[in-house]
Amino acid sequence: MTKFIVILLSAVFVNNYVLSRFLGICPFLGVSKKLDSATGMSLAVIFVMMMATAATWPIQTFLLDPNGLGYLQTIVFILVIAALVQLVEIVLKRYIPALHQSLGVYLPLITTNCAVLGVTILNVTDYPDDFLSAMVNSFGSGLGFFLAMVMFSGVRSKIESADIPESFKGLPVTLIAASITSLSFLGFGGVVENMFPA
Amino acid sequence: MNKLQNLSKGIIKENPVLVLVLGTCPTLATSTSVVNALGMGAAATIVLICSNAVISALRKVIPDKVRIPCYIVLIAGFVTMVQMLVKAFAPALDQSLGIFLPLIVVNCIILGRAEMFANKNTVIDSVLDAVGMGAGFTLALSLMAVIREVFGNGTFLGIEIPVFVDNKISILTMAPGGFFVFGILIAAMNKFAKNKPKKKSFGCDSCPQAAACGRAGAGCGDKAEVSAK
Repeated sequence: MTKFIVILLSAVFVNNYVLSRFLGICPFLGVSKKLDSATGMSLAVIFVMMMATAATWPIQTFLLDPNGLGYLQTIVFILVIAALVQLVEIVLKRYIPALHQSLGVYLPLITTNCAVLGVTILNVTDYPDDFLSAMVNSFGSGLGFFLAMVMFSGVRSKIESADIPESFKGLPVTLIAASITSLSFLGFGGVVENMFPA
Repeated sequence: MNKLQNLSKGIIKENPVLVLVLGTCPTLATSTSVVNALGMGAAATIVLICSNAVISALRKVIPDKVRIPCYIVLIAGFVTMVQMLVKAFAPALDQSLGIFLPLIVVNCIILGRAEMFANKNTVIDSVLDAVGMGAGFTLALSLMAVIREVFGNGTFLGIEIPVFVDNKISILTMAPGGFFVFGILIAAMNKFAKNKPKKKSFGCDSCPQAAACGRAGAGCGDKAEVSAK
């Protein structure tokens, strides 16, 4: 059990996908302007990350590796993710229209979100023989993305009303704010190791 | 537009990183040292040239409706080739780029150029465009890497620089420093660019997937943000 808590906490705080590993920066900067769109996007990301890991981990372990096809990883993973996202969208639209209303619009955006491809590749490299850890890690990574998005949308609503120099308007000041937000996550370094000494 | 412009526009006027703001993830992550930046730039440029050439050659064959999946498969194929080459001939670079090498597949610059340029232009124009864009990407990446490596680590290409090595600003090589330097560079670009680059709104307009996703993101639709002017 402790193992899973360590993985979860590390994925959310210490190795936060957006703020420490620089994965999924595009949606982080693009969709974080309003709180509701930030929440919708990150819920969809959590969902797709877990689905993608559940699909790609067995493919890598039981199909590609035994047949010496490991080099096809990149192609297979991106196709599986793209197909999966389409499938999820169709299923949601047909059976849970309410959820499709709130998440559906973000799903197509996620196909080429590097955080999703990143988490699937990292899972098969980091946890090659432990499916549960891989799943916990993908949930934690999604949760970390959620945390970063929600925090940052709060920061951005403050920037909107600030008086900033002309050349910093728009993206530059957003990046500076992201820098300060990521500075706060730097403080989590070593916390998990000290909480649960091996 | 003549050939020279196709080649040169990627370097400054439409620099993919500093003006179009595409491919932010690899830019931030691999600009910690100049060697990494050059390696990443070269890898992405090779993929970009190959994919632009093939996509523009096949532009009349690929059906319009399934073009995005076709592009992704082509790009993934080239990325796998580059990945294998790097693993074989530069294992150290493979180690330091790590996850970001396979992630070239989802680099917005490559899909973006395929969608915005290669599927409308001839092979030669597309290759020139790819070379220019690749050079622009590498240049912006290296510029960031020089700043982050010299000030953050006190070295240049791994060689220690006398005064800087005793006064390291280590934070620059870490995650916050990446965001910070990138922000400052874009601000500087806005301020000093000779003929001011037309301010692009950061959102669906600059996103290559805009057509595919139908401007899905709610935060995406409003352009007010950057084009405040």
